[in-house]
This record gives sequence, C-alpha cells and structure tokens, in this order.
Amino acid sequence: MTTAQAESTIPTGTWQSDPVHSSVAFEVRHAVGTFRGTFGEFEATLSDRGGEAKLTGRVPVESVEVKEENLEAHLLSPEFFDRDQSPEIGFESTRIAAEDGKLVVEGELSVKGTSKAVTAQGELKGPIPGPDGNDRIGIDLETTVDRHDYGLDWNMDMPDGSKMLGDEVTLIVHLELVREEA
Amino acid sequence: MMKVLAISGSLRRDSHNTALLRAAAELLPPPVELELYEGLKQVEPYDEDDDVGAGPTGARRFREAIEGADAILIATPEYNSSIPGQLKNALDWASRPKGENALWGKPVAVVGASTGMFGAIWSQAELRKVLGASGARVLDLELPLPHAHEEAFAGDGRLADSEIRERYTEILDELVSLAEQAAQPAQVAA
Repeated sequence: MTTAQAESTIPTGTWQSDPVHSSVAFEVRHAVGTFRGTFGEFEATLSDRGGEAKLTGRVPVESVEVKEENLEAHLLSPEFFDRDQSPEIGFESTRIAAEDGKLVVEGELSVKGTSKAVTAQGELKGPIPGPDGNDRIGIDLETTVDRHDYGLDWNMDMPDGSKMLGDEVTLIVHLELVREEA
Repeated sequence: MMKVLAISGSLRRDSHNTALLRAAAELLPPPVELELYEGLKQVEPYDEDDDVGAGPTGARRFREAIEGADAILIATPEYNSSIPGQLKNALDWASRPKGENALWGKPVAVVGASTGMFGAIWSQAELRKVLGASGARVLDLELPLPHAHEEAFAGDGRLADSEIRERYTEILDELVSLAEQAAQPAQVAA
C-alpha cells in the first residue's frame, strides 16, 4: 500500500479532544521503578484545514499532576518545566500517516523554549457515532524523548553512584476526539 | 535600576566571603546596584509552627529583601563539606510555601571563599542544589577563591588575582543577563 492510500484513512473535518475521556502522561525511570505524571489540562485538535491533516496540541505545564505537592512545585521550577518562562508545551504535526489503524505522526514538540522533531506511533480508531450524535475517533500515541534535549537536566546520585532519574521520557497520549459540527 | 542582593553565608565581622561580595561592586556593569544583606544572623530557626502569615521579623525581612531584588549573589564558606547552618536555615524560610516562595524564579549566582586550597567548591555545589530545589534560577557556574587569607584582596578591597577578577566579572555579567531575561514576558509554545 502506498503512503497516499494510507493517508486517505485519516478522517476529514475538524476534531477536538474530549478532556474527560483523554489523557496526557509522561513516564521516566526513577531508581529501579517507573515514575508517571499526567497533565490535567490540554487541548488537541485534528484538522484538515488547508487540505492536509494536522494534529496540534497545547498543554499548560501548570496543570502537571503527581502524587506529591512539593514535587509538583519542583516540576514547575526552572530545574524542570520552568512554568514562569515557558508556560506551555506545544505540538504541531508535520506529517500524519495511517494504515490499517496504525498511526505515525511526525511533528515538532516544544518544551521549555526548545522545539525538536519527534515521531510518535500508535493507533487510530473510529470514527464511530457517539451517544450525543457526534462522531468520535480515538488516537493513541507514544514517543520517547531525551529530557536533556529540552533542558530538563535535574538529577541526583543514588547511594550506589547511579542516577535517580532516567534520561529518556516516554510521552503517552490517549485522545478521544469529537467531530466539530460544520 | 537593577538591584542585586548580596548574601554572605558567614556571620563573622571580617569574613572573607563578605569581602568577596564587596569586591563584586566594582565588577558589576553599571547601573546595577549591589546591596549587602546585613540581617542573616537575625533570621529565626525555621519552625513550621512559626511559619504563619508573614512569619517572624527576621525571616520576614529576609524574604522581603529577596523579593525586592532582581537577582541574588551568595558567597558561602564551607563548613564540614557543606553550607553554614544559618544560611541553610534562612534559605529554608525563603523556600516556602513552594511555588510562591521568595526564591521562586529568582536569578541566583553562587561564589565562595575559603582559607583552604579548594575555595569552598563543595559548599558552592551544595548551595546550588538547595537553591535549585527552592525554585530559584541558578547559574551553573562557580567561583572558588582559595587561600582567601593570603593577600587574596588588595588594600582597597579589590580582588588581587586578575584571572579571578575576570571569572567573577563573567559570572556577574551572566547573572545580570539572567535577571534581564527573567524580567521578559513568558514564551508561549508554537
């Protein structure tokens, strides 16, 4: 199957994320475990305005949620997301390809004033009619970035000399998007 | 006018670290004002029970001095491989409540003097760690001034060693530049 045929499976129109049935999370190695945090607020849009499918997203870093309030504050500080100078994380796709439900999205991820190209992989589901009569699609995406590329460099030595936090961070996005009425 | 608050971690009258802060005055680019904080000794021991409202007088003044400055310059001696207890105590006051504390987002540079051969490098690293955890915008640079009792300062209080003066000037320039950036409006993602 050619790319052109594959891209034809991306739904047309404009789709907005349903915040209740969507999530944006990150995972990073902590000691020997996996630490997970989420963002409580975000907006994602899939649109074909301009004739090309485009996925965009915005996340206010202020909405970061972890299980300890002092850690939450530390994540907003200049050692991590630097909320005061860079209040938003942004994403804008440059290419979307879908084939048999498999999805590949290339785009620019902006964190803490740095934009870098990333490629995320996942699945595209639907459209199916929702209970309110509006069509819904599901988009699950995952990618891995090196946090040092974005200046999130904090770390601490463990007693055995290893580092407490891993360098690679997995970003996990589960979106349920609702078709915007024309 | 931009104001840099200088805090010496040493309480001693003839402190080498206080002298190191005074030596910054002539190296800062004009018209930056350098104000030496004189009230560190009066900051009360941190006690969460006392941390209500504006807090007790010594701690309140310390927090207000930090809030009123555009940038902070701290000179620390090294006690047992770390920072002096009273400096840590004062910073603990300025680190709370997290996210709204006086040090939050504040540009800070750390320097240090010692009579030994390493110039308080361990305590400078410790201090940067504490400041980072407090939400400050910490310069990842250090200025070790070793053998501070052996003619490190000229009779007029200036640093005697030209390389150290040059290094100090670079650090102060970076601090001022960081303070200017911090005063700019936040960037919004594309």
